[in-house]
Amino acid sequence: MVEKTPILDTLTYIFLIVGILIVGFPIIYAVIATTLPIEDVSRVPMPLIPGDQFLVNMKTAWTEGDLGIHLLNSFIMATGITLGKIIVSLFGAFSIVYFDYRLRTVAFVSVFCTLMLPVEVRILPTYEMAANLLGPFQGLWDLLHLDGVASWIAGHDIEVTLEWSLLDSYTGLIMPLVASATCTFLFRQFFLTIPEELCEAAKMDGASAMTFFRKILLPLSKTNIAALVVIEFVYGWNQYLWPLLITTNPKMMTAVIGLQNLIPAADDLPYWNVALGGALIVMLPPILVVLFMQRWFVKGLVEREK
Amino acid sequence: MKVRKIVVLCAVAVAVIFLSGQVMAEPVTINWWHAMKGARGKVVDTMIKAFNDSQSEYVVVGTYKGNYDETVNAGVAAYRARKQPHILQSFEVGTQTMMLSGAIYPVYKLMKDEGYNIDWKGYLQPVLSYYMNANGDLMSMPFNSSTPVMYYNVDLFKKAGLPMLDKETPITWDELGEITAKLLKSGVPGGMVTGWQSWTQVENYSAIHNIPFASKANGYEGLDCELLINNPKVVNHIAMLKDWFDDKRFVYGGQKYQGPKAEFIAQNVGVYIDSLSAIAKLKAGVKDFKWDVAPLPVESWMKNPQNSIIGGASLWVFKGHDKKDYKGVAAFLKHLSKPEMQIYWHKQTGYFPITLAAYEQLKKEGYYDEQPYQEVGVKQLTRRDPTIISRGLRLGYFIQIRNIINEELELVWNGKKTPQEAMDSAAARSNKQLREFEKTYQ
Amino acid sequence: MIKRSVFTSRTLPYLLILPQIVVTLTFFYWPAVQGLMQSVMRSDPFGGHSKFIWFDNFITLFTDPLYMKSIGITLLFSASVAAVSISLGLFIATMANRALKAKAVVRMMLIWPYAVAPAISGILWLFLLHPSYGVVSYAIRNWLHIDWNPVLWGSDAIFMVIMASAWKEISYNFVFFIAGMQAIPKSLIEAASIDGASPFRRFWTITLPLLSPTLFFVTVMNIIYSFFETFGVIHTMTQGGPGGATNILVYKVYQDGFIGLNLGASSSQSVVLMTLIIIITVLQFKYVEKKVQYTG
Repeated sequence: MVEKTPILDTLTYIFLIVGILIVGFPIIYAVIATTLPIEDVSRVPMPLIPGDQFLVNMKTAWTEGDLGIHLLNSFIMATGITLGKIIVSLFGAFSIVYFDYRLRTVAFVSVFCTLMLPVEVRILPTYEMAANLLGPFQGLWDLLHLDGVASWIAGHDIEVTLEWSLLDSYTGLIMPLVASATCTFLFRQFFLTIPEELCEAAKMDGASAMTFFRKILLPLSKTNIAALVVIEFVYGWNQYLWPLLITTNPKMMTAVIGLQNLIPAADDLPYWNVALGGALIVMLPPILVVLFMQRWFVKGLVEREK
Repeated sequence: MKVRKIVVLCAVAVAVIFLSGQVMAEPVTINWWHAMKGARGKVVDTMIKAFNDSQSEYVVVGTYKGNYDETVNAGVAAYRARKQPHILQSFEVGTQTMMLSGAIYPVYKLMKDEGYNIDWKGYLQPVLSYYMNANGDLMSMPFNSSTPVMYYNVDLFKKAGLPMLDKETPITWDELGEITAKLLKSGVPGGMVTGWQSWTQVENYSAIHNIPFASKANGYEGLDCELLINNPKVVNHIAMLKDWFDDKRFVYGGQKYQGPKAEFIAQNVGVYIDSLSAIAKLKAGVKDFKWDVAPLPVESWMKNPQNSIIGGASLWVFKGHDKKDYKGVAAFLKHLSKPEMQIYWHKQTGYFPITLAAYEQLKKEGYYDEQPYQEVGVKQLTRRDPTIISRGLRLGYFIQIRNIINEELELVWNGKKTPQEAMDSAAARSNKQLREFEKTYQ
Repeated sequence: MIKRSVFTSRTLPYLLILPQIVVTLTFFYWPAVQGLMQSVMRSDPFGGHSKFIWFDNFITLFTDPLYMKSIGITLLFSASVAAVSISLGLFIATMANRALKAKAVVRMMLIWPYAVAPAISGILWLFLLHPSYGVVSYAIRNWLHIDWNPVLWGSDAIFMVIMASAWKEISYNFVFFIAGMQAIPKSLIEAASIDGASPFRRFWTITLPLLSPTLFFVTVMNIIYSFFETFGVIHTMTQGGPGGATNILVYKVYQDGFIGLNLGASSSQSVVLMTLIIIITVLQFKYVEKKVQYTG
């Protein structure tokens, strides 16, 4: 800041420290829990002095929860969702903001409505869709008795089953979650703040829409893209209900699901030390993404300073 | 010359591959979706492996699909998408829904069709009766069945000058009232705590005292049944618990996340009512005091208490697979009911062995002499033949009903409703659910 | 929408928006339509017995006093979570923006809870606050002598889930506010302070208005978050209890549909839920967006 405000500065730092402590306490506590053996962690209240079982518990968590392959699946899923959503919505928001066509408002509203019904609430019908992508076509096919037509053409009985299953596949994990408009909304908001002069200037220079997109919009959007990479990666990584339904094969499960295998339910032994250890491992990649990318927004922003 | 050699080698290779393909036919995969995770999941895996290793025609693949709700839901969703597994583990409260679904292949029929002549009398009747239809035919195979028992802290009892409890003859609720009062006097912060309050304090209470839980023989005989839990006896019991709550003889520990168990382990209470599957957890989690098991208390006016009812889950077989698959399914179910498997399952998890053969063998081995507390549950379950109202419950939307009962009980504990109001409300709300369910299947 | 300069092209805009539309139609609208159809039917979970029953499901819902109570709880819960996390997020972002020296470190320490899954957040907080074995709960009961028992008292339970939900969301808001604040040209701030404006005045007259697009975005997202994504928190901590005190609408949909397998009831609840959030968002767009300043 520009002037000297020592009192305000000290208060600022105090508030920040308090804030950081409150925010960090649950994690510190969890870390301590992972260092204790089961008798100590089940004790009430749990002792606040760390024990020596950290590596043991971590190792148990890794092997019991089969975390290796689950982490890989989560990574693929989260990356897929991130790339999918960002690319699709960059194009989508560009189309909505920078073109004037009849269906523009309809397109925006229909895309925006997807924010209203998150996947948890439409899960059964979405599952049926993913289990057989061609399902509705099968219905149509049967309705129109096209089996009969095909048989007539071929000269003998034909029964056609249209089936394209996305179960137990990365596509199935990723695609249904790309159908949500968070990124489009954000890009739309952002594009609306870009000064008209830039667009006018580009048009006057004879630039095509895509050139404007590539050379001006994209670089300006770097910060937002960075922020969205973080948001969507975290969103994809932390999905629970959807991956649980769509994957049967234990080798396709994601880390957050694998973690549930470790969390003690009402009927289990209270292995909180192992469970929290697993939780820490599963939490780590998105946290790392967040921490790594946050420096990038700053960089992007410094360049933006006009 | 060289070319010829290569061609011959290739031909031989192709022949070998082709022939071996014929000789070693691909084993048929049988999918089993279950809700057993962690330690129990490992036991399940061992039992599956034993089957797979014992023959080469079928390979059973067990998949953990989440907790009970999630597993059933996965099964339902899969069935609708025509991708159902062969076997689905469904908890006991889902029995009515599974039975009426039209999607299942009843176990008794499966075993008969596959040529197995099973003597169902050789099974523990109270366990089978929960999963039979009105004619006494078994619809699903019981897998993990437990019953509630009462755990108590031996050290705290000794300190309060209380005698040890008998493992077969239950004490009365009045006696429990005195015991908890003495515990409090000797310095323990609370008397008793209970888990699964609907199951232990309402369902089992009704069964043991031969009180109907719902009309139409607890729902077995018709979808037009109604809940009868707002009867004077049950309301009195809840009122008694509320009195105890007020003077700390009864502590409410919540429903999930081991609240009740944690209170017991922390020695904040001296008595803990819960499923007998808690034995394994107590064995691992309790290091600093001795504990023991006794049957649930009984009212003093009930001279010959009935059996308790089971909780847990059973295995349902889905329709829609190839005939040759079902041969494997039947063989697998038979394998699970073998005495060695039953004994292994019981020893590892505490769930009941479902066959009398297994039970007798365990007795002969002296297992119960070493660990008498393991037998408390079985004895309580089999102490009398079940009557038509103590054999179990067969209600639609039972999960919602249990939640309703839980909610209403919580409102009693925190003083917002009287026991009569709560039970009336629970019955009324549950009846609405039952009517919805009934209309669906008309 | 606001009038702006645009490109003219016949086919390009359609091509650009095509991928989004295709995915949305396939994985959102088609299942949503099916969900709507379910809401006017009474069906068994396996699909064998389905009957069209007009609006019976909705009538049942609206004549159920507990459903109306759940709507009330949801509105209270969302407003509280949004209010707490937006104000605290803004406050902490402002503080962090001032802390020149330790900026990067401070940001790092405050950003990460956002990356934690709601269900995991619920578990962490439960582990701290459970009356039987939580250390914070122990402290509250033994040092502050308050009968803290979220397993028994509805109000304690609501407080607990608000905390666990807001904890994560503060971090999310912080990210956006900080990015927004750093996009404000320093020159503006400098000019204002040269003119004699105090830090507080600068905040209210410059920072906040320029932050308004972000604030708008964040408010909409927070409300949507607290309506839906807090499901994980409720599921792991209270399962709607005690006595139904934390039974928010989205959890009820899950309970009835997923656990209870009553598809008609849960689909009709989804429809009500969706309508509610659409109304709230449309209202926000209509009345609040007007006040938002876009050009900067």
